[in-house]
Amino acid sequence: MKILVCISKTPDTTAKIAFTEGNTKFDENGVQWIINPYDEWYSLVKAIVLKEKDPGVIIHLITVGGSDTEPIIRKALALGGDEAIRVNNTNTDSMVVAQEIAAIAKEGAYDLILTGKETIDYNSASIGSMLCALLDTTFIPNAIALDINGTTALVKREIDGGEESCETSLPIILSCQKGMAEQRIPNMRGIMAARTKPLKVVEASIHNATTAIKKFDMPPPKSGVKLVDAGNMDELVRLLKEEAKVI
Amino acid sequence: MVLIYIDQDDQEIKKASFEAISYGAALAKQLGTSAEALLLGTVKDNVSDLGKYGASKVHQLNNIALNNFDASVHANVVAAAAKLLGATVLIFAHNINGRAIAPAVAVKLSAGIVTGACALPNTDTGFVVTKTVFSGKAFASIQIDTPVKVISINQNSFGVVVGDGTATIQHIDTPVPASKIKITATDKIKGEVPLTEANLVVSGGRGLKGPEHWGILLDLAKSLGASTACSRPVSDADWRPHHEHVGQTGIQIAPNLYIAIGISGAIQHLAGVNRSKTIVVINKDPEAPFFKAADYGVVGDAFEIVPALTAAILKSKAGA
Repeated sequence: MKILVCISKTPDTTAKIAFTEGNTKFDENGVQWIINPYDEWYSLVKAIVLKEKDPGVIIHLITVGGSDTEPIIRKALALGGDEAIRVNNTNTDSMVVAQEIAAIAKEGAYDLILTGKETIDYNSASIGSMLCALLDTTFIPNAIALDINGTTALVKREIDGGEESCETSLPIILSCQKGMAEQRIPNMRGIMAARTKPLKVVEASIHNATTAIKKFDMPPPKSGVKLVDAGNMDELVRLLKEEAKVI
Repeated sequence: MVLIYIDQDDQEIKKASFEAISYGAALAKQLGTSAEALLLGTVKDNVSDLGKYGASKVHQLNNIALNNFDASVHANVVAAAAKLLGATVLIFAHNINGRAIAPAVAVKLSAGIVTGACALPNTDTGFVVTKTVFSGKAFASIQIDTPVKVISINQNSFGVVVGDGTATIQHIDTPVPASKIKITATDKIKGEVPLTEANLVVSGGRGLKGPEHWGILLDLAKSLGASTACSRPVSDADWRPHHEHVGQTGIQIAPNLYIAIGISGAIQHLAGVNRSKTIVVINKDPEAPFFKAADYGVVGDAFEIVPALTAAILKSKAGA
């Protein structure tokens, strides 16, 4: 079985969000970069778990980005995976990213393609769905459990207000979230091994973006908290009713 | 024409779709065109009622095979219907199913897409959609450069607008590919409003000290008719189920009222809730960072404050 895990580079969850160049660019100053948590904790670790069960499993990692994404892909390789591909395209339009991944996926004939449910920077939650259309392959979003039995996949996914279990046949694309796997920390052996794992760079082939970011804005600051005395909950209820008008 | 995708579950139209229609109708008015809805499968609801939210027509594909959601099948059918009907803008709710198909539909229509929009597009020059980014910590204004455009809107960001219109129903017939997915079980949390659709949410953190103390929170939620949520440490410790975890790596919500009990307000938690209209924070630590993001705050012992708040709500309801 061949698995393709899509890896994205995102700012650390505690990174200060600020913008430069007249609010048109994310301010990378002092930002720590990480593997997008959904890609790492759920997609990548799930692929590793599958390989631990069946050593015949081959895991390829793919990222679309400039050379500054290489430390992130090496970190992913330190957790696991056999080799990585970086498509040298810095465009952040989801359509461009998905088309680049689809081109690689078509060549690689993967049985399983895993993405995180979304990235924590642009929150587009689009790549899995776009790959579904580009590759004409079954897509199951928000997957929380996966079992492979030959060419049959048993998948559990989150639905609004519950869970749904289903059965389908490979190949499939899954977007993964909490439940799929447990977060791991790379060990020394993994970090050493990652240094010599192949990292292939493929030149960009898609250049027509369908969207363009015009500007960023920060949310307006809250006007300040109104403190209510702990002994006067009638007053809090009154404020929620009459001032905030939410109950 | 603006075409709005109607999401259904168990033959019931989802509330998120009413908001999507309201948004689509406002956009259609802005563009001087019509707002029409697209419904796949059969539902128990009165379909012409979708006119109340601003849809002039509902195009329905009466095929019961479509009552089970399959992203690949649904995206194929929606794209084919959009082409057939000549839609120029497609609107989806940014809920689980909407996220699963809107990007695939965009691919099939060679359309640019903005997911997670939180306001009507600016169409003065071009077509610019504002969406939340960095998990709610900022906004981005994104221009769509293609003739056909796809937008999914964040839940509770526009609101449901109810009028008195009635929609005409038109049946359409596009081929429905066979699904490769066999649904084997559905496990629903009975009687609860899904968190993403909830108007009122009561949420607890480590300050409640253990799962055995959740009773006071559940009582408060019950008095309000609110859904319950929790912080990440609480779900990680299995005090509460994972599906209640709100925050950057959990569910992002935007209710009218979010009451946070014993949650300090780490930046990752705020990212999941800071689009709430009103935030109430109850915490014994006056320095808790959550107070900076709150509208109303109560400093003190949650074990005394929460039951008192519940009593005050019940008293107010009895009086009203």
